[in-house]
Amino acid sequence: MSRYPDLCLNPKECVCQEMGTVDPSIFWTLLFKGAFYGMKKREVGEKYCLSGHPTLPCNVLKFKSTTIMLDCGLDMNSTLNFLPLPLVQSPRLSNLPGWSLKDGNAFLDKELKECSGHVFVDSVPEFCLPETELIDLSTVDVILISNYHCMMALPYITEHTGFTGTVYATEPSVQIGRLLMEELVNFIERVPKAQSASLWKNKDIQRLLPSPLKDAVEVSTWRRCYTMQEVNSALSKIQLVGYSQKIELFGAVQVTPLSSGYALGSSNWIIQSHYEKVSYVSGSSLLTTHPQPMDQASLKNSDVLILTGLTQIPTANPDSMVGEFCSNLALTVRNGGNVLVPCYPSGVIYDLLECLYQYIDSAGLSSIPFYFISPVANSSLEFSQIFAEWLCHNKQTKVYLPEPPFPHAELIQTNKLKHYPSIHGDFSNDFRQPCVVFTGHPSLRFGDVVHFMELWGKSSLNTVIFTDVGSDVTVGTVLQRHRRDTWLYSKRPSSQLRRKQGLRDCPWHSLPDIHLEPDFSYLEALAPYQPLAMKCIYCPIDTRLNFIQVSKLLKEVQPLHVVCPEQYTQPPPAQSHRIDLMIDCQPPAMSYRRAEVLALPFKRRYEKIEIMPELADSLVPMEIKPGVSLATVSAVLHTKDNKHILQPPPRPAQPTGGKKRKRASDDIPDCKVLKPLLSGSIPVEQFVQTLEKHGFSDIKVEDTAKGHIVLLQEAETLIQIEEDSTHIICDNDEMLRVRLRDLVLKFLQKF
Amino acid sequence: MDPECSRLLPALCAVLADPRQPVADDTCLEKLLDWFTAVTEAGSSLLLLQENPCLVELLFHVLKSQDLSSRILSFSLRLAGIFAAQEDCFQYLQQGELLPMLFGEVGPLGGAAWTAPAVRSGWIQGLRTLAQHPSALHFLAACGAVDTIFSLQGDPSLFVASAAGQLLVHILDLAMRGPAEGRRSPQACDWPACAQKIVGHIEDSLCSTAIPQVTQALSVLTTAFGHCHGLWTQGLWVRLSPLVARLLEKDPVPASHSLVDLLLSVARSAPSSDRGLWETLAQTLSHLSPTQAGPLALGILKLQDCFIHRLPKDKRDSWSSPAQSRAGFILRTCSAAFCHLPSGLTLWILGHPVPQALRTQAFGILLQPLACVLEAAAQAPGPPGLLEGAAADSMMVDTLLSSKSACVGLLCCALAHLGLLQPLPQRPSPWPQAPLLGAAVTTLRLCSGSAAPTSDVGGRLCAILVGCGRVQRAALDFLGALSQGTGPQELVTQVFSVLLEYLVSPESSSMVLKKAFQATLRWLLSSPKTPGCCDLDPHTQLFLRELLPVLQKRLCSPCWEVRDSGLEFLTQMTRHWGGQAGFRQALLASEVPELTKQLLRDPESYVRASAVTATGQLSSWGLCATPASPECPGAQQESLLVELLHILSTDSEGFPRRAVMQVFTEWLRDGHADVAEDAERFVAGVLQAASRDLDWEVRAQGLELALVFLEQLLGQRSSHCPYAVALPETAPPGVLDQALQVLCRVQLFEFAFRALFDCDRPVAQKSCDLLLFLRAKAAPCGSSQEAGDSPNVASVEATLQRWQAGEQGQPLGYLEPGAVVALLRSIDLEGLRDTLAESSDHVEKSPQSLLQDMLAAVGVLGENEADCY
Repeated sequence: MSRYPDLCLNPKECVCQEMGTVDPSIFWTLLFKGAFYGMKKREVGEKYCLSGHPTLPCNVLKFKSTTIMLDCGLDMNSTLNFLPLPLVQSPRLSNLPGWSLKDGNAFLDKELKECSGHVFVDSVPEFCLPETELIDLSTVDVILISNYHCMMALPYITEHTGFTGTVYATEPSVQIGRLLMEELVNFIERVPKAQSASLWKNKDIQRLLPSPLKDAVEVSTWRRCYTMQEVNSALSKIQLVGYSQKIELFGAVQVTPLSSGYALGSSNWIIQSHYEKVSYVSGSSLLTTHPQPMDQASLKNSDVLILTGLTQIPTANPDSMVGEFCSNLALTVRNGGNVLVPCYPSGVIYDLLECLYQYIDSAGLSSIPFYFISPVANSSLEFSQIFAEWLCHNKQTKVYLPEPPFPHAELIQTNKLKHYPSIHGDFSNDFRQPCVVFTGHPSLRFGDVVHFMELWGKSSLNTVIFTDVGSDVTVGTVLQRHRRDTWLYSKRPSSQLRRKQGLRDCPWHSLPDIHLEPDFSYLEALAPYQPLAMKCIYCPIDTRLNFIQVSKLLKEVQPLHVVCPEQYTQPPPAQSHRIDLMIDCQPPAMSYRRAEVLALPFKRRYEKIEIMPELADSLVPMEIKPGVSLATVSAVLHTKDNKHILQPPPRPAQPTGGKKRKRASDDIPDCKVLKPLLSGSIPVEQFVQTLEKHGFSDIKVEDTAKGHIVLLQEAETLIQIEEDSTHIICDNDEMLRVRLRDLVLKFLQKF
Repeated sequence: MDPECSRLLPALCAVLADPRQPVADDTCLEKLLDWFTAVTEAGSSLLLLQENPCLVELLFHVLKSQDLSSRILSFSLRLAGIFAAQEDCFQYLQQGELLPMLFGEVGPLGGAAWTAPAVRSGWIQGLRTLAQHPSALHFLAACGAVDTIFSLQGDPSLFVASAAGQLLVHILDLAMRGPAEGRRSPQACDWPACAQKIVGHIEDSLCSTAIPQVTQALSVLTTAFGHCHGLWTQGLWVRLSPLVARLLEKDPVPASHSLVDLLLSVARSAPSSDRGLWETLAQTLSHLSPTQAGPLALGILKLQDCFIHRLPKDKRDSWSSPAQSRAGFILRTCSAAFCHLPSGLTLWILGHPVPQALRTQAFGILLQPLACVLEAAAQAPGPPGLLEGAAADSMMVDTLLSSKSACVGLLCCALAHLGLLQPLPQRPSPWPQAPLLGAAVTTLRLCSGSAAPTSDVGGRLCAILVGCGRVQRAALDFLGALSQGTGPQELVTQVFSVLLEYLVSPESSSMVLKKAFQATLRWLLSSPKTPGCCDLDPHTQLFLRELLPVLQKRLCSPCWEVRDSGLEFLTQMTRHWGGQAGFRQALLASEVPELTKQLLRDPESYVRASAVTATGQLSSWGLCATPASPECPGAQQESLLVELLHILSTDSEGFPRRAVMQVFTEWLRDGHADVAEDAERFVAGVLQAASRDLDWEVRAQGLELALVFLEQLLGQRSSHCPYAVALPETAPPGVLDQALQVLCRVQLFEFAFRALFDCDRPVAQKSCDLLLFLRAKAAPCGSSQEAGDSPNVASVEATLQRWQAGEQGQPLGYLEPGAVVALLRSIDLEGLRDTLAESSDHVEKSPQSLLQDMLAAVGVLGENEADCY
């Protein structure tokens, strides 16, 4: 191989000609040193979008004969249509009046309850699954998980679709994802509800219901929560991966997780073949919080970059929001009120606790207890301390001091932060007010948070502060299925509308008018608690990329094409002038929406072929022009496991004296003795002069689109000269043809 | 010269000339030069050189020595310049061929030392000092110095290059001053050769294609028109203005910043009848890009005042209108500046104001960016002439949208320029207050993203400006400046609305928030009072109700700068409105007073200091925290007093302690109820705490408090005006005795005497003033108790002497009033005051000590006696 270090040819520079027909497939291009060849291949990738939610993606990528699912987020907006599940019997909720039709028909009053002008389904909450009809999910080969928020639908996919493939995720994603699922299952299962509502889902009945139930789509596909058994089974299909680890998929594709900087173990993925590279960027952050920083360099030179999971609140700077959070918390507690922070058991809570650790002493809040209540609270706090290799540099170095990476350890040691699995048990003994409680679920439909909403909702001294924009309900998932065209942002409803919705006119500072935020979701989360006296503060802390950062990222990594959810390609409808709140790149980003199939543009269409060393050794390159050499290859193409190898051709059968019967092993393609290959071009004028010298007269030359026709009128012969072929057409005069052929060959090089 | 100095000088010159004895400190050489300047200004340089031949020897030696340091060489050049500034001395040095050797081509100019910037700088400065008389001009011409100066204009050292330019102007001025005298506009052909040469060089440079050369020429001219007041400058402008105008024909205009500086400099110095100048200015305004034209436009609009200085005397006296009187006043105050001007000044005609058309054009340039903003953000086409003469043109729009930096730069400049113009009397009239208010509000809304422009330009502007802190800060400053004018109610409502928006927004950075607080305060304080009612108007009260919850939240911010700005705002608001019922009601209904009190324990010392000031102010108006219970009136207030005293005694940082002292002084001065209850105890406690403080500002503030107390006991001090005639106001004997008793009880004297010998001069000075005041009050009635030689006084005097010597450990003990009066008489307070008025190094600051120090530093004086180690 070392004999031919610099062989490089472009197909356009191939000038081989052969009398007669030329097979273009022989012009394989040598792209790399000696051993590697490329083969033209015409294949496009396809992307199936199973979720229209930009931050809860579920896409399927068909690429080079592999089917890859990118994330499987679970849209929990559907749960907002259900009544909360109280841990402790709530007379208020249980006494809500049933809903009846305008004509007084009350047949739905067992299923639907009315609260402050809103109608809720009185049943176990149900979840909206990714599309299952668009593609046969049993054909999915692998699932790549980008972060723990984007794997919540995994049990639905792996356990109920015939999926037999492998799931790839990092260890923190799996462990924290397990905690989130465990918490979800626990929240739902510990409040068993005998009643199941299904009548309202009947299409004819649903038409009669008030909004938003009336507009909810595909309600028949909504499913109850999975069980722990299904969770365990789903998680058992996961194979753990580390950052930058290269994973071969069937020899055709290589996938690599990269740090995305958003959460512990969160990843972007590179999916590449030898000549195509697709980057999947989902939930990334450039801020310096606790996770490892984002790996941007590896995203360079992508043919396609699929971009999802940007911040849901691009107008809110996380730092400012943390400031708001602290200010409002302090203000409430100083006035003797309690603070409720609905949150997930992992993620932003680590950063919040760290900020509070620095803030509480200075704000004179040292004596205020902080409670963290979740079935997985203990595991979450402990896990965060042991994933040292997944943390940012600062926190990693603390491990060697040795110090716990997160300061919440010290808060726990000093009894400032206490954690409990539930409000039952020890918590009720330790509970004292005023206090700050972190608990789930952010949808306010299940979990311990329901109890605190009932307990504290009646006093204006208390405050509920929404911070977690994780990926689903609480914050910003305005993009419900029944409002598919709605952008993430929506203006705060007018005070009239709020009154209509039964919302109390909160003080101006509780519901800021200025910032265009996805108010609807948190207002919807609060709807079944109306009328509510407690203050509501919205401080969404979303560290994911904003549009300015995306713009810089795209300039840095320069993908050929960007593919993103359609919401990112236009300004929010409520702020149509904010052209800074959309992706601005060249060429314009390709957009997709739920249940849409997108053909991904790949410009390169080559396949890598390996040459066996002995075959490479036998090549004799010939320099056609300075710097360009060419060699003919005669070989057998062997393809197995999506790998292509050129092997030396079998030796031609040795002529043997005897007429032995051909053995089966000899049954290989006959290898003809190859004619020499020709190269060069034929200068028409000189050729005509040569013909004249050789006695041809009455020669006429015509120009054609592809070359020239030399007409020998006397001989009634036609010589058709084109770029890559020359044809001599004469009637049954083999002598003349050979004579002419020899004249043509004089102008060409042989090798 | 002092004989002792003369004695030391030869040794010093020897040291300076000896390369083995490096002078360690550059400042010594500078001081030495200052001293020689003073000596030559006071007497004859020639005599000095003749009496001290070592000086000339030094200069000769410097020329011969090859290995002298560049700083000594530079020093010598400058020294020679100082001597040669006097013509007879110049001739003396010329006779010895010393000057050509120092400044000519045979000197350092051609040697290796020239590579040192210090030498080049010394050479220029030497010549600059030397060039004071016609002989110097001939010398410069003869030794070819001017050509060297030309080349030094492009020197890599900016200091050298700048000095070279200034030297050229100085030479030009020197050359032109003579022939221009008495003539209005001297013809170029009459100019001396030296001036011709320099002007020719400037002309060549102006025609050059190299921008640095053009810049050099423009900066020389700017200096010339800025600093030279001879009539020749007019002729110079006549000659050079076509070349300057030709620069405007180039695209882009070269060295535009320097060009603007020059034109403004010319406009300030040239007679305003020069129509050509106005035409050039107009042409320049239209040729420069919007960013470059802004400073020129501002300069033109500010020109008015300058022309008043050009009024002939007879016109000055005949004015009667208020505006004219004002101008007359300016002239009178500036009359000193006119004294040295030649009588030719009277020939100057009354300066016409800048042509209105030019002012309109200039104002239009400043307004254009804002006009663009207004137009782009308008929901519907606005009324015609929104900003008259400043319709948004396409070039301006293109500039604004070309890049973020261009847009931000242009808007910030426009806002800053208009903000500067706003308070000036010569600002354009009518001043478009309402459109400007609208533009400021719109800009702020574009920056916050709350504006919703429908036009394409508006959308792009919004995308550029959203979240831009620089523009936000500039716009808030400008908005604050506009509070001095009035506006339609609708716009004022918008102003308050946008200010509230910024105060509420979590996205406002701490600096933006500070500006928003400042602008809000200015608008609040300028809001009109309701006629016939002394309370706040309803709009303001409504705004206050919305503002206080914001302030509440800001006081809990994790960012200390925000808490600090909030407290400062509260203090100012309370200071102005503490007596308004509406304000009091709103404030007491909020949690702001309680939060403010909690911030006295803030971990950040700046915040604690601001909290101290704020609570002090709130308390002054009876607004501090929750009202005291009926059973125990004043308990709450007393606790605040105790808390502040605690801060004064224990806080580890100086700022909160200083703030406490200021609050206490204010409380005492204003007769705060809790202080007035037992002022004696209060003052004693505070002085005791202040006397132990390590921070001199706290001690000085303690003296301020003591003075207030004294004044309350003995009556006000006489007028501070040193020229006011005032009879000594002594206190009646009975009052004085009582007062002295009180002062002794609160141990004010111990505090004051201790401060008198404080190691920090301001404290000692303040104490001295206080004691002088006391003595003036007490002096005539000292007869009752003459105790000058009592044992008590003697021991006190002995203690004071020890204090003066730095041993302040021993207490003074209880003083009798009589002993105090005796002490006041016995101490030479006036002498002490004069000593303290001298700079702290006055004892060491003598030429003799300088020479000794320099010699001692190199060991010539043997043992280094000055070394205290």
